[in-house]
Amino acid sequence: MIVHSKLSSGAHIGANTTVQHIMRQVMLAISPATAFGLFCFGWPALNLFIITLLSAVLFEAFCLRLAGKVARPVIMDGSALLSGWLVAMTLPPWAPWWIGVAGAGIAIILGKQVYGGLGQNLFNPAMLARIALLISFPIEMTTWPNVAPVFSAHAPGLIESWSITFSGLGGMASADAMTGATTLGYIKTEFSQQHWLPDILADHSIFLDFLGWTRGSLGETSSLLLAAGGIWLIRQGVIKWHIPVSLLLTVTVLSGIFHLMDGQHYVSPLVHLSSGALMCAAFFIATDYVTSPNTPAGQLVFGAGCGLLIFVIRTWGNYPEGAGFAVLLMNAATPLIDHYMRPRIYGRYRNGKPLAQKVAVQEHKQ
Amino acid sequence: MLSLSTLLKEPRIRGGVHAEEHKASTSSQPIVVDFPLPKKLYIPLQQHVGKAAEPVVRVGDHVLKGQLLAHSQGMISAPVHASSSGVIIDIDDYPAPHPSALPIRTVVLETDGEDKWISAPPVDDPFQLAPEEVSLRVGAAGIVGLGGAAFPSAVKLNLGRENRIHTLLINGGECEPYLTCDDRLMQERAAGIIDGIRLMLHGMETGQAIVGIEDNKPEAYAAMRKAGLPYPFIKVEQVPTRYPMGWDRQLIRYLIGREVPAGGRSADVGVIMHNVGTAYAVHRAVRFNQPLVSRIVTVSGGAVASPMNIEVPIGTLISELFAFCGVDQTAAKRIIMGGPMMGDALPHSRLPIVKASSGILALTQEEIRNKAQQPCIRCAQCVSACPAGLLPLEMANRIRNNQLDAAVDIGLKDCISCGSCSYVCPSNIPLVQYFKYASGELAARQQAQHKSEHTRRLMDERNARMDRIKKQQQEEEQARLAAKAERERLQSEQGTLA
Repeated sequence: MIVHSKLSSGAHIGANTTVQHIMRQVMLAISPATAFGLFCFGWPALNLFIITLLSAVLFEAFCLRLAGKVARPVIMDGSALLSGWLVAMTLPPWAPWWIGVAGAGIAIILGKQVYGGLGQNLFNPAMLARIALLISFPIEMTTWPNVAPVFSAHAPGLIESWSITFSGLGGMASADAMTGATTLGYIKTEFSQQHWLPDILADHSIFLDFLGWTRGSLGETSSLLLAAGGIWLIRQGVIKWHIPVSLLLTVTVLSGIFHLMDGQHYVSPLVHLSSGALMCAAFFIATDYVTSPNTPAGQLVFGAGCGLLIFVIRTWGNYPEGAGFAVLLMNAATPLIDHYMRPRIYGRYRNGKPLAQKVAVQEHKQ
Repeated sequence: MLSLSTLLKEPRIRGGVHAEEHKASTSSQPIVVDFPLPKKLYIPLQQHVGKAAEPVVRVGDHVLKGQLLAHSQGMISAPVHASSSGVIIDIDDYPAPHPSALPIRTVVLETDGEDKWISAPPVDDPFQLAPEEVSLRVGAAGIVGLGGAAFPSAVKLNLGRENRIHTLLINGGECEPYLTCDDRLMQERAAGIIDGIRLMLHGMETGQAIVGIEDNKPEAYAAMRKAGLPYPFIKVEQVPTRYPMGWDRQLIRYLIGREVPAGGRSADVGVIMHNVGTAYAVHRAVRFNQPLVSRIVTVSGGAVASPMNIEVPIGTLISELFAFCGVDQTAAKRIIMGGPMMGDALPHSRLPIVKASSGILALTQEEIRNKAQQPCIRCAQCVSACPAGLLPLEMANRIRNNQLDAAVDIGLKDCISCGSCSYVCPSNIPLVQYFKYASGELAARQQAQHKSEHTRRLMDERNARMDRIKKQQQEEEQARLAAKAERERLQSEQGTLA
């Protein structure tokens, strides 16, 4: 006779996904874009990347210890590593070490652990960190190095990269020659000098922007690789299409309308879509389970809201890039969206009332 | 993925999961019918929804196979018959095949090995019987829903006659993984099932029937289609393989295109649903006068050496089935009656097979959900999986915070405990367990409230009674005093006169 004391109900079997598995797949999806970024910006970027990820994990362990929990199993779920990774992706590649540490600290401590850990936070930790850093350290957060692939002539060597990471770019004589503006930042500056559109982008290659051969954040330059990773993630069933599609569609439609009305003052949808930050937000930031709505209808609204805000901030705001702000604002709206956008329950109308009990009209004859 | 129609129209199936089927090991082998007759059969008197049956035999009685052991009681109940011939050696409380294994009144039958049927004449042309007579016979045969619901079938047939039912739906979905008893039944005994369907249509006075079979059972579909060919009013249709396709309301929406209103019955949309096994039992009962005394059980799972479908007498102990199929006692980490999605985990195997036991599974550690629980990451997989359109994660959150009423507000009572949400949850949160706990707790609270209201009413009544008595006493006292005064007055008057 077999005797079992511990009983459980409902679904005695389960699908083989785990939280670790999901985190691993997201990391896999962002690794091509990250690898490309590391290649383009060389050793200093790698230093920053490692420092950020390492501090994220250490901060997580610290918080768990403080809360009297066993750190190891929670660390192993991979969520802290992924948060650190997403923070690193959104930092200027040659930012000093303390930017990475501060970013990881904000993301893990203020963005996640103070709410009670995984699944409890209201705002996307990585975006919270990025925005807090951008407002607190505007210089460091907007110093964009030129593309200088590892081992190329202009690329900093190993020793030089240590000095960039640990003493900052400011100390280097050639700093100005090695940095510049992002495409969107450049357009914004030119606008302020009364230069208008077709001229601004006269000798600019949108194609290279798409590819990622341009100045930008560590892992956010290549919108092509980000989109590829995102589509793979959708095909894997890890994320759903609703947020990315509604977000990108909203930005495309809005920018398309304005560009058609006034091509001098409003950039074309292509310029928007070629910015990696948009792709990163659409596929990897806005789709964060914890901070986005949990019904398809809610996700469509959320994505459209993000798209609208991104367009508005990019077009009329003070910052050239609006993805971070947009996502945070929509994060705040998520509980509200979840409250109103509920699925219809079987046998009930949308308002929750049972369906009317109509007598069947059809008569079936033998 | 993105076609306009999917965006605008609700799909015919909502939610659900496609679990690994594990059906191949049993679906291609014939039903085993030579199971050695057990020495003792433990036949519970309640194997159905409703009131327990009342025994009509006594300890020491010799009974024949198919003889009535206990008759049904009340509107919703079902009789119980002897599953073989032999002697009644006990009528007492024995553990029930339920997670609690709480005792239930059970007839213990010591078989004599002859397995001799009680003589009952078969019916020449059951279609000459009055429709009422068909449901009477179905009721007398002790037939209940064999898909697992165990609702008395005769009650449903009567319901069919009394309401305007346009279609009888026959559930051949068998969407639970591992289970293949309906599949095999359809493959081997399709003609009997079709005959049962015709008899049920006759009993319900309904014109047409639709049989829904999941498209992972092509052989069963072919056999049923062939058997149903002479009867144009019986349609055999394939439905997609997606758990819980066999949930009656999911199948109704898919086949009829209408939803049963919340709180209503399928009769409200003009249909009644029965399981294929039930249809076959009706065929045996009405045409051959044989009550329900055996059933086909799928014995499967990783710990079973030779998994099979096997026809066994009701009351056979699961441990005997396990011995017959070669269950590895140490590898079996969980015994389940029913399917792995909705079935009940049993505490041990010394429990009887009952009418509703479609399957007995002995699962290994690798097969069961055994990962550590992690925090909810709001991935909303449970929302996509829920066939009822609920928000399992939100309900679980509210229940965890002891806000049961808030959980009811977002649909707790519409949960069918199908287990799809628990199945997909990457954090391995026992969602269904939360919902069952909450439902039980709410019922207990309601009962407590009823009780306190009842007490208060009794108290009020008592107070009113006491007041009334007091008032009466006062009135009597006053009347007495008045009478006394009157008497004294009369006496004094007489005194003065004298």
